[in-house]
Amino acid sequence: MTENLAANRLQSSGAYALELDGVARHFGALVALSGIDMRIAAGERRAVLGSNGAGKTTLFNAVTGDFLPTAGRIRFFGEDITDLPPHERIRRGLRRTYQISQLFRGLSVLDSIFLACRGVSRRRFSLLRPAASDVNMVQAESILNAVHLEAYRDTLVATLSHGQQRQLEIALALAGAPRFILFDEPAAGLSPTERRDLVAILNALPKHIGYIIIEHDLDVALRVSEYVSMMHNGRLFKEGTPQEIEADPEVQEIYLGGKHG
Amino acid sequence: MSLATIADGVVPQQNWLDKIGAGHVILGTALLLYPLVGSDFFLTQIAGYSMIFGVLSLSLMLLAGYGGMLSLAQITVAGIAAYAVAILGSNNSNVLGFGWPWWIVVPFAVAAAAVSSALIGWISVRTEGIYTLMITLAIATATFYFAQQNYAIFNGHSGYAGIHAPVFWGIDWRDPKPFYYLCLGLAILSYAAVLYGSRSTFGMTLQAIRDNPRRMRALGYHVTAHKVFAWFLAGILAGLAGVLLVWFNGRVSPGTIGVDVAIDILIIAVIGGLRHPIGPFVGAIVVILMQTFAIDIVGAERFNTLIGLVFLAIVFVSPDGILGLWGRIKPHLAQESLRAGP
Repeated sequence: MTENLAANRLQSSGAYALELDGVARHFGALVALSGIDMRIAAGERRAVLGSNGAGKTTLFNAVTGDFLPTAGRIRFFGEDITDLPPHERIRRGLRRTYQISQLFRGLSVLDSIFLACRGVSRRRFSLLRPAASDVNMVQAESILNAVHLEAYRDTLVATLSHGQQRQLEIALALAGAPRFILFDEPAAGLSPTERRDLVAILNALPKHIGYIIIEHDLDVALRVSEYVSMMHNGRLFKEGTPQEIEADPEVQEIYLGGKHG
Repeated sequence: MSLATIADGVVPQQNWLDKIGAGHVILGTALLLYPLVGSDFFLTQIAGYSMIFGVLSLSLMLLAGYGGMLSLAQITVAGIAAYAVAILGSNNSNVLGFGWPWWIVVPFAVAAAAVSSALIGWISVRTEGIYTLMITLAIATATFYFAQQNYAIFNGHSGYAGIHAPVFWGIDWRDPKPFYYLCLGLAILSYAAVLYGSRSTFGMTLQAIRDNPRRMRALGYHVTAHKVFAWFLAGILAGLAGVLLVWFNGRVSPGTIGVDVAIDILIIAVIGGLRHPIGPFVGAIVVILMQTFAIDIVGAERFNTLIGLVFLAIVFVSPDGILGLWGRIKPHLAQESLRAGP
């Protein structure tokens, strides 16, 4: 196993979107993540399952740089990004959404998406007002349509409903040509109709965009992913296809048969 | 009759007017014509002084209203520009005074203020809320004492005197009417720049950082760099105000950049309201009027008490300052006029 890892390290190339080698994160005595090894191919769609406190969101935070891992290396399309600040990782094509919506309450929906597009392009410091023909404004309009928020184009984000805010969360992650997205419970608090829309949006993403999705709703998770990783107590505990995971007795014992069943 | 024809005939002009807004045009015209009726005292001591402090508070409004960064160091930044004008230009203190012409001195002074402001920003943006306030207070206090105790550069507690506003185009710009127009020009330019800038890409990034810095990082923004740039821009405004302030007073001393003045600027911004760039100017007029006339009403010993009570009353009734108050009264007024209508 160790030799295998070493070989992988040497052979690391752009073939993988995301590679994690022995990633760990401790908060004092608490071990939130431990020895996470993960390889996700470019364009692959992976679900990460696990009960609350299993370390799923911590894993996302380590990948995006919200906080640095205590140990281990993270590579993004072959490049070691372990020590890069969050905004540099984003500029390389990594995106994320948050479990609890992290939006700009004082801005309009369109302006929020515009900023998301502008964040990975030039003229971030421009003191000029963007024209309607501005390339990022045009991109923002098309993303607005893709997530079905066109009716709320000029609405203040603070006045959006929960479901609309979740849609905006996804819109922000889709902006600016992402290569890989981390979705943190995108279906949380959505109605059955909104969940169907969400599955449609995820399945309609261009094939080259890979993602990891954390989702408690197995129905959603298994319909939008090709491969599943199970986490338990900060460790990766089982990997397989959705069918294998669903059928695995140990998984059922810990996750499906437990309080979340 | 003719008005309607003109308005119908010249479509682009109408758009231009629409863009600026009728309220702005009326206010601007009134301010342009004010010297026809205003006394010299009101032109300089009230209107001019209010506009200088309005621009100073506007620099705070830019940081606090759009960027969520409360600063007590705006007068320090203005003071750096004021001292630069005294040192690089002429004064009668026989300490320093390079005697450079005003058109070289002013850009240098404003640049020095902007760079210092960016530096203060760079130090303070690692904190948030009350801690930013404390760090900027510490910087303001330290600068005050440094200026008071340093004789080689700041000439100690007496500072620099004998500083004159420039004379060009045959106009002495410290005369009441020209000085009023100088202040008005700066006030309008600063106000328009901030209003326009609030919808610029950078203006939006600043407001987004105020709302959610973590998300901005996750969208590829270098949050610290954006905050420091906001400080740099606020420093330009404060620096310009500092230049007019030293021309207005004819002198600059540690008293100019004291902590009491720093707090005045915060009070002006809060009384006026931090939501819109007009707020600081409204606040400045109210506070300057009170500071000037409260003595006549309640006497020299109690005028600060009166100012304090008015501040409390405004903040108690409307946390958004006078602007917020207006925002709440306006719908009622509209209803009244509807009822009064035919």
